[in-house]
Amino acid sequence: MAGSNPNAKPMNLTLKVWRQPNRQAQGKIVDYQVKDISPDMSFLEMLDVLNEDLLRGGQDPVAFDHDCREGICGSCDLFINGRSHGPEKGTTTCQLHMRKFSDGDTITIEPWRASSFPVNKDLSVDRSAFDRIIQAGGYVSVNTGGAPDGNEIPIPKEISDRAFEAATCIGCGACVAACKNASAMLFVSAKVSQLALLPQGQVERKTRVENMVAQMDKEGFGACTNIGSCAAECPVGISLENIAILNREFLAAKASSNNLA
Amino acid sequence: MSWISKTFTSSIGRKIIMSLSGLFLCTFLVVHLIGNLQLFKHDGGAAFNTYSHFMGTNPIIRTIEWGLVLGFGFHIYEALMLTRRNKAARGSQGYVSNHSEQNSEWTSRNMGILGTIILIFLIVHLYNFFWRARFAGDIPKMGGADPLTRDYDNLYMAVVDSFHIWWYVLLYVAAQISLGYHLWHGFRSGFQTLGLNHRKYTPAIKYIGYAFAVLVSAGFASMPLYFFLFTNAQGELAANASAVLQSVAAAF
Amino acid sequence: MQLDSKIPEGPLAEKWEKHKFNVKLVNPANKRKYDVIVVGTGLAGGAAAASLAELGYNVKAFTYHDSPRRAHSIAAQGGINAAKNYQNDGDSVFRLFYDTVKGGDYRAREANVYRLAQVSVNIIDQCVAQGVPFAREYGGLLANRSFGGAQVSRTFYARGQTGQQLLLGAYSALSRQIAYGKVKMYTRSEMLDVVIIDGQARGIVTRNLVTGEVETHSAHAVVLATGGYGNVFYLSTNAMYCNVTAAWRAHKKGAFFANPCFTQIHPTCIPVSGDYQSKLTLMSESLRNDGRVWVPKTVEMAERVRKGEIKPQDIAEDDRDYFLERKYPAFGNLVPRDVASRNAKMMCDEGRGVGSTGLAVYLDFSEIIKRTGADAVSQKYGNLFAMYEKITDEDPYKQPMRIYPAVHYTMGGLWVDYNLQTTVPGLYATGECNFSDHGANRLGASALMQGLADGYFVIPYTIGDYLAQTPPKPVNVDHPAFAEAKAGVQARTEQLLNIKGNRTPDDFHKILGHIMWEYCGMARTAEGLKYAKAEIQKLKKEFWSDVKVVGSGEEMNQALEKAGRVADFIELGELMVDDALNRNESCGGHFREEYQTPEGEALRDDENYAYVAAWEYQGENQPEKLNKEELTFENVKLTQRSYK
Repeated sequence: MAGSNPNAKPMNLTLKVWRQPNRQAQGKIVDYQVKDISPDMSFLEMLDVLNEDLLRGGQDPVAFDHDCREGICGSCDLFINGRSHGPEKGTTTCQLHMRKFSDGDTITIEPWRASSFPVNKDLSVDRSAFDRIIQAGGYVSVNTGGAPDGNEIPIPKEISDRAFEAATCIGCGACVAACKNASAMLFVSAKVSQLALLPQGQVERKTRVENMVAQMDKEGFGACTNIGSCAAECPVGISLENIAILNREFLAAKASSNNLA
Repeated sequence: MSWISKTFTSSIGRKIIMSLSGLFLCTFLVVHLIGNLQLFKHDGGAAFNTYSHFMGTNPIIRTIEWGLVLGFGFHIYEALMLTRRNKAARGSQGYVSNHSEQNSEWTSRNMGILGTIILIFLIVHLYNFFWRARFAGDIPKMGGADPLTRDYDNLYMAVVDSFHIWWYVLLYVAAQISLGYHLWHGFRSGFQTLGLNHRKYTPAIKYIGYAFAVLVSAGFASMPLYFFLFTNAQGELAANASAVLQSVAAAF
Repeated sequence: MQLDSKIPEGPLAEKWEKHKFNVKLVNPANKRKYDVIVVGTGLAGGAAAASLAELGYNVKAFTYHDSPRRAHSIAAQGGINAAKNYQNDGDSVFRLFYDTVKGGDYRAREANVYRLAQVSVNIIDQCVAQGVPFAREYGGLLANRSFGGAQVSRTFYARGQTGQQLLLGAYSALSRQIAYGKVKMYTRSEMLDVVIIDGQARGIVTRNLVTGEVETHSAHAVVLATGGYGNVFYLSTNAMYCNVTAAWRAHKKGAFFANPCFTQIHPTCIPVSGDYQSKLTLMSESLRNDGRVWVPKTVEMAERVRKGEIKPQDIAEDDRDYFLERKYPAFGNLVPRDVASRNAKMMCDEGRGVGSTGLAVYLDFSEIIKRTGADAVSQKYGNLFAMYEKITDEDPYKQPMRIYPAVHYTMGGLWVDYNLQTTVPGLYATGECNFSDHGANRLGASALMQGLADGYFVIPYTIGDYLAQTPPKPVNVDHPAFAEAKAGVQARTEQLLNIKGNRTPDDFHKILGHIMWEYCGMARTAEGLKYAKAEIQKLKKEFWSDVKVVGSGEEMNQALEKAGRVADFIELGELMVDDALNRNESCGGHFREEYQTPEGEALRDDENYAYVAAWEYQGENQPEKLNKEELTFENVKLTQRSYK
């Protein structure tokens, strides 16, 4: 039953899905068939169909991360047919719809791959490295309560808008997954730029970028070689310009901070 | 570890060295290319040999030469370090299906391969001209009447000889194509790494980089091709040059 | 049990100030001797965990997500209200308070709402200081927009992603405390029980969702910030993982559940398109500023539209019924959410719904596009139009959107007193998880305000009052109560795994959702509710004898997680039905068909139902006991809402 398009024909698909019981175990690609997939389904709803079939048949459903299903929580993290979040530009997996595929297609579904993103199970990966990078400095150190009036510091609209654009990163990890070097610089740079642009971020501007980059390296992410896959695959369009900002913030901080360590 | 070594062994620090050394090497390419253009001067190599003698003996140039060695050294070393880090970051389990060609340029993803081809060329090239001129000393002298130039190495003839060896020309051209692609990505990438990204100027940098890549690689490649196709063993314009030129033109 | 809301004495405007002075304090050196557990890391939980850690308490924070940044607060689009009066349009703390009480159809507690309005101004300051990039005017000052239910412009926003930006602000504050070691963060950990020692909440039992390990954690107080239960309806605008489990376990351990039947149905959502559908997507309320809502005038015409024989854009103006404009000429398409939702349902019930399912009405932008051009419309709503097209494959610039109401928010929740403490001492509930501030209907842009108010500015004060009266002796997880609670959790997991039935957790969830939507949704009747209660009881029996979960409890097992949540939803569903049946009036989101004005509007019964219904658990399969907290209104006058 298709709501928007009563004539849309249901599809039958072959899925090649990465199955891995846990972090330590070996994984492999397993083939599944799904039938009568409506083109109006989202990609994750198609996986729901597969999982219901598997469960009914007494098999272990495919584990995958997802939650809001409206493209904002950043949970979903599938590498579909060789692309982060699948073939459609500017789209999370949950907002990818099956009408982008055709009857009879074979779809390969893998987890994000990076040594800093170990697989929990099947398609679910551990992205806590991102959290630790933010913990290293992705904040303004203000305690609750002492803030001055919100209008005390005017911020030019253009600056505010640019900071906002950097701040829209959903932390999904598509950038790392797509990058040949598994570099997290687009993610890190989005936060560094946001706070470097805003007056609130100035106080800790130098230590922030130093600490966040140090943590990024410690987590084992690769270095950026300006390939641009990250920005091309970013579902919310975080720009490569942010990486340039990160580089110069880092250079300036290293050159001028009093931190000798 | 001091803050300096920490800075330059961090992921961004290494990129910055890559960028600075790379952009420095770009300036070398310009100098080298302009100097080499004297090969086209039909003076039996007088200008070219004078130029190469100057480059080989002038103390300032000889000092800068060390900078060049360091430039290459850092560029290659950092490339190896970054590649190793990045391979480790990617992890042992690769993707079964990966369509990175849909999200990025081939040249951007293959700087290492391109660089390796250039490095192989560089070794052959250095051996053939630099090593022989500087250390082996087996390059014949220019001779002639001019007391100023007669003891200069006749590097010009060494070039002419080499550029009549088909495999050498082939290697040269292949290396220049690699260099072109390497610069296609590397030029603008160098600016991006230094944080020199601005909405107003970045598009210009990008196109200057493309033009630079094409001009430099075409300029260098034109030399072996020119001597191979259009000159005789003495580097003089061959009798059949215009015929060859016509047939080359006809091929297009 | 006599409910004591602990509302401070004195004039409304001074209550909170006075209370802050009267609460007991924990001295700074002693704070580090106290452990506080915060469950949930959305706006309320993230803000609470960060703020409590800043004060010096040792905080243990829990989320079932892989990161505290993924809580569903992140999906809030529109904005956050605050009585800043930056627009010089007559806003004030009292006006925000008044609008909220009235918008909630006079079923909220005055003192709580007033406090909410008071601290709303601090929230904006705090968020700006954190680097939240709110929208700004060209002069560099903060911008505001208007929202439903208010005549002033007091909504702060960050494009259509206000929730995301506020949550990332709270997440950054939380991250900072994690780095300092003041918060120990437990991700992918689902709370499955509260541990109570001598009548006080002293810890929780969690299941590690990656390894399956059941763990116990102790503390001197437990704060629940676990969100709403809209997913009891299966389809809602909530995220897939949103559930009632934490609140429900607390309820079963003695926390009263207040006004469970108060649910908000949002009128402008993308309609259901098929049985496979897993969730519904909201189209921002702001669209009703320019979109006109209509259905075909006749059932025959609607029939032809449903079959695809005619397109909506080809229907003549005279054959359209702009029913909101017709029925409510004064407010037109901008009537409150509950009214708009109910009318859309009425149209569809009459057989005039559109779309292949007949469960949709049109939201038409052709007039504004004609008047101002597609570009101007795109400037305003471009991202929403794009999202609509992505999901439906229809271009709203060329044909009207199809919309239908969907469950969006739950005003009900754990009963809390003025200190946000539940009926279990030491157990607190904040944000959507509690019932306190929105009455029977929540105004737009108020959920974010309440979550952050509770987390940043209320709980840090009120929890101190309790802790100051608690000895700072460490709570030992070796206490038998922990082992007992843990064993209970493990036994339940085993039970779910051992049923080995034939139907999946989702099968049951869908049936439950259908029952709830049909009989306890937008319109309710005594008869329907009674039928629903019987059906739910039947479903519960079937669930516990026929649910199918494979695998084990010692691994990542998403079907097992789901089964546990559905089991709790089923029990909650029954309580919601009981509550709806008990409340013999219509108010806000609760519409009982028997109680309506001759014009079909909600008919409140202030005489008999101006109370909070707080339900007390009595044991497995026992009817719950109703406790009443009478609501007194000293500062607003109760009136019948009219939008004609």
